[in-house]
Amino acid sequence: MTLGTWLALALAVVLAAECVRALRQRGLRQERWRRFFRHRTTSWGLGILVFLALVAVAAPLIAPFDPNRQLDIVYLKNHPPSWTFLLGTDVLSRDVWSRAVYGARVSLGIGALGALMAVSLGTLVGAIAGYYQRWVDAVLMRGVDVGLALPRIFILLMAVALWDGLPFAALVIAIGLTSWFGTSRLVRAEVMSLREQDFVVAARALGAQTGRIIFRHVLPNAAAPIIVSAALGVGNVLLLEASLSFLGIGIKPPDPTWGNMIADNAPSIYTAPWSTVVPGLAISLVVMSLNAVADGVQDALDPREREPA
Amino acid sequence: MTTPPAPNGAVLLRVRDLKTYFVTEQGKGTARAVDDVSFDLYAGETLGIVGESGCGKTVTSLSILRLIPEPPGHILPGSLIEFDGNNLLALPLPQLRAVRGNQIAMIFQEPMTSLNPVFTVGDQIAEAAIIHQHLSRGAARARAIEMLRLVGIPDPDERVDHYPHQLSGGMRQRVMIAMALVCHPKVLIADEPTTALDVTIQAQILELLDRLQRELGMAVLLITHDLGVVAGHADRVVVMYAGRVVETAPTDALFARPMHPYTEGLLAAVPRIDAPRSRLHAIPGQVPAATAWPTGCRFHPRCPYAWEKCAAQEPPLLETGVAGHTARCWLVTEPERRQAKR
Repeated sequence: MTLGTWLALALAVVLAAECVRALRQRGLRQERWRRFFRHRTTSWGLGILVFLALVAVAAPLIAPFDPNRQLDIVYLKNHPPSWTFLLGTDVLSRDVWSRAVYGARVSLGIGALGALMAVSLGTLVGAIAGYYQRWVDAVLMRGVDVGLALPRIFILLMAVALWDGLPFAALVIAIGLTSWFGTSRLVRAEVMSLREQDFVVAARALGAQTGRIIFRHVLPNAAAPIIVSAALGVGNVLLLEASLSFLGIGIKPPDPTWGNMIADNAPSIYTAPWSTVVPGLAISLVVMSLNAVADGVQDALDPREREPA
Repeated sequence: MTTPPAPNGAVLLRVRDLKTYFVTEQGKGTARAVDDVSFDLYAGETLGIVGESGCGKTVTSLSILRLIPEPPGHILPGSLIEFDGNNLLALPLPQLRAVRGNQIAMIFQEPMTSLNPVFTVGDQIAEAAIIHQHLSRGAARARAIEMLRLVGIPDPDERVDHYPHQLSGGMRQRVMIAMALVCHPKVLIADEPTTALDVTIQAQILELLDRLQRELGMAVLLITHDLGVVAGHADRVVVMYAGRVVETAPTDALFARPMHPYTEGLLAAVPRIDAPRSRLHAIPGQVPAATAWPTGCRFHPRCPYAWEKCAAQEPPLLETGVAGHTARCWLVTEPERRQAKR
């Protein structure tokens, strides 16, 4: 670790904290932001996510080594954490810190984009099925049943066969297209009860179109479960990416992702726990932070006052 | 039925032979919730529709704007709802939407659940103006504030940013009224607008409706089960029973001399402050199920005057002699039977 990397890291921490502080300042003036920041954990979650995003963007500055370089396959295998190798080295003598930093790029990217795609798709299908009901609902939900019944790994294996080595975009699409089934069921149930509410009839009586009713009147009231499922979805996508890497069909080695770091080093988890624990902790941290932020978003979207727990 | 002479102004909304049926679960039958209902609404008047729960009042009002959930409900062909020269039942949906909230607006019974909990009242009032008049956000907000002031909400500049849960029931009903009136509709359908409110607020809301009706010159279709509300606020009354119109009359005539035994029973059931205290009168029995209306006159099983003819043959709406007063009862043709109460 050089002075430059320490400086870059410190800068990322300060920037993240500053970013959250600025938003909080703004929150004092605006009702919605004030509700967002009602819980202390939300600020922490947001700060951690911003920090991780900064780390991913500034990876070349923060990583002291080339993440794919095998430093010394004989003497530096599974080296325990030290001042030179802050988080140790892995089974192939690569620096865990550098790999974790670069891995944030792929993992956060796939997690965010894959979950976004899955949740959008699930929300759309669920809303249409729940609102129109009858044969539309029957057709869509039987499709969802099929999707849930098929093991996702097999679908992805088929995709791999078609693509021959998945590029990043293809992996995101493949994950997005196979992860929306649960969300669609959740949203459908929510929409089915909301569409019978008086305010939906009132909106129709005002002359609102179906699209406006679904997107403006029904879905905002279903925001809570959608957001929670999005936050959990990111965690699931990270884990899915890990299991794909484990099977060797995710991002191509040697490029690091948190998932394939765990997969590659699983055999040495007893002798060199740092190389699996670090990416594992990173995934947990992201999922926990997302949940904290999701709580805040939920509070911000729901105007009914609730006392902080 | 012959059309009664126009009180003043032209017919704005003409409802003829309206039949709205619901198919019940597992084919147990068809609920004929509204069965052959006809009435006219004249410009500028308040027409009251009264009847017990389950007599078809609300279904009638929802049918006018085609808000009946389909399925299970459907409006039978042959029904006519004419507004502005158009049959609303035959209008393509985009044109119907242009009528909803713009020419004909509606306020609902439950101000608690009829407002969207996640939007400010300003947003909701502005919605119809944005849909129909394509106002900008700023203009729509200004309009919302103006509407809040019109319906008598104090501090409209502040209230416009409040959420429904921050308002009391009476205020919410005022907001509902503001939502409905934002495009200055020609017809306002008020479905039990005061049922969920306590009496003092009820009076305020009805006063407000009266005032707005005078100021904006709209026609109001006031649907209620409360004869007191009708007496104070309606020009004419349509009494419904079991999906049918059983009596129509100018309000004064109805209260002075009800012709249908059902109306008579309803009036007798209203507690009076000036009468000696006695047991409250109730009409015996209940409204029958909409899947199995009785044959003949639908009221005959509960009617104190009923005789054989009533069970055998349903009377048409018969002229009573007073202008605009009709009743669906054989007593109109055989008034001497009224004395021989069974």
